[in-house]
Amino acid sequence: MRVFARFLPRRAPSVLPGFGPALGFALAYLSIIVLMPLAALVLRPAELGFSGFVAVVTQPRVLAALRLSFGASLIAAAINAVFGMIVAWVLVRYSFPGKRLVDALVDLPFALPTAVAGVALTALYAPNGWIGRLLQPLGIEVAFTPLGVVVALVFIGLPFVVRTVQPVLQDLDREVEEAAASLGASRWQTIVRVILPAILPALLTGFALALARGVGEYGSVIFIAGNMPLVSEIAPLLIVIKLEQYDYAGAAAVGVAMLSISFVMLLILNLLQRWHRGH
Amino acid sequence: MNIEIKDIQKRFGDFVALHQINLAIAQGELLALLGPSGSGKTTLLRIIAGLEQPTSGSILFGGDDLVGQSLRERKIGFVFQHYALFRHMTVFENVAFGLRVKRRAERPAEAEIGKRVRRLLDLVQLGPFGGRYPSQLSGGQRQRVALARALAIGPRVLMLDEPFGALDAKVRKELRRWLRGLHDEMGLTSVFVTHDQEEALELADRVVIMNQGRIEQIGSPDYVYEHPASAFAYEFLGNVNRFECAIRNGQAVFAGGTISVPENANTGDGPAIAYVRPHDIEVFTGPTAAALAATVSYISAAGPLAKVEVAAADGRLIEIELARPMLRALALKVGSLVHIRARKARVFRRDAEPSPGETHSIRGEGRYSEPATPPAPMWHI
Repeated sequence: MRVFARFLPRRAPSVLPGFGPALGFALAYLSIIVLMPLAALVLRPAELGFSGFVAVVTQPRVLAALRLSFGASLIAAAINAVFGMIVAWVLVRYSFPGKRLVDALVDLPFALPTAVAGVALTALYAPNGWIGRLLQPLGIEVAFTPLGVVVALVFIGLPFVVRTVQPVLQDLDREVEEAAASLGASRWQTIVRVILPAILPALLTGFALALARGVGEYGSVIFIAGNMPLVSEIAPLLIVIKLEQYDYAGAAAVGVAMLSISFVMLLILNLLQRWHRGH
Repeated sequence: MNIEIKDIQKRFGDFVALHQINLAIAQGELLALLGPSGSGKTTLLRIIAGLEQPTSGSILFGGDDLVGQSLRERKIGFVFQHYALFRHMTVFENVAFGLRVKRRAERPAEAEIGKRVRRLLDLVQLGPFGGRYPSQLSGGQRQRVALARALAIGPRVLMLDEPFGALDAKVRKELRRWLRGLHDEMGLTSVFVTHDQEEALELADRVVIMNQGRIEQIGSPDYVYEHPASAFAYEFLGNVNRFECAIRNGQAVFAGGTISVPENANTGDGPAIAYVRPHDIEVFTGPTAAALAATVSYISAAGPLAKVEVAAADGRLIEIELARPMLRALALKVGSLVHIRARKARVFRRDAEPSPGETHSIRGEGRYSEPATPPAPMWHI
């Protein structure tokens, strides 16, 4: 409402001209790049009809894949939120030899072809790999299980949290922490009551990005997951399988289901941020 | 709470930020640490507050050595230059913070916290603003929130780092007067840092003038203004005119003549600088004994004192402040020929002049004291 109220009356000339063309361009661009493919995706399963769509989406194999995709992504994003924040903290607050190297290392999961990451992780976590060998006597199997999916998603999601939290931590005034300490707060109280609330919006953004990336991830996961239907098969793989069977409508139906769930989750995260900022 | 600072030294690597600082602060005193940036005043304040550890030396609060004691135990109210308010908390929660983080056994009940915070907000005249966020307040209001927050913990001492630095002139003046009133009311020992001499002289009971990690002078505002102990202090405490001269047999010799400077009696002969405050210069329209001829080059009559700039024969500009009736009586205009004479001057040897990279000490002199004879006019022609 406020948005409309702002440009219904004749507006005074702005010091930031070009609102009209800029908004028009942004909307057109988003429509072509994002909305049109999505519309096509939504229209495709229309030939199935609503009951057909529900039938595809409620197949046990599809439900299991969706559950794994979103469950593993949530867990991985949560793990990244905690440890990514610690990495960001260390990178911002301390100086140590090799800091720049560590800083560069964070971006590596971005740059690596995801299939390469998948192969490397599989080699590490396979029962005869370096880490897998140590975990096996403990009864922990990573490769070819849902746990492997989480490991792969943690790997590819890390940079999102680190890179969103880092600049905010950098901007966090040292004086604020000193103020908390001079008021008698312990180090722990300072972290919980002062620092965390300040970086929470950035942390939520990082979490959302890592989550979104995790849901859509394909390359690194299919190598380590083992891809057993009902156990360790992710939804994007299921879509590919359906495509290979020329079941385009079925593939699109799974896609629409993923899209809706993702949209709702990102919307909730956005609302959380707005709520946090607004008070 | 009286504070004693003993032989405090602070090094950052090779750089010595504070050389052997000794200072005693009396109970209930409002003390200003005054100096240019880089003089070590903020470092000293932070060391007293425990935000930084000294390299050596000790700080006694009412007899207890504080070095090594945690901030929590010190109970010092610290007001930061840029307020350092918690942006995600309301004004109320900012002020309540110090009470909420207390150990469970010492923490007041919620009702008591509410009562104390409201009382503090009334004290800093922000009663209706408890529910706002710091971003919704003006600079002066934020500063008062920071003050209320510091007072909430019932501090033994209040420390303020450039408390008015980020405020505009009018707000600064109001807040200064208000803080003075608050201090007189509460009787809390307070230390504040400033680079604004006017602020220090107007607000403080005593002023500590610092330069390059050393204390130049300690004294009441009147005393340090009237009797600066060093050339640095003289230049720092207000506008000043400098005149080259030489000391010979305890007398200052100028190009135009000689004046006696009893306070420099023990100072060895050598080149020197005479300092004269703009309001210590008399102006005559006709030729006068022991006066220097000059031409008026600029007049600014806004404010209670008119500022007049005159150019001496050698082209040097001299700043003069005159009461406005005086300016009218003299009927000065740009281009008028005048004769000027110093009512009062202070002479420092040349090697005591401020210069970067060296410290200033006045040779053969301790604290400056009022000369027995009234100062003679300068420039005997």
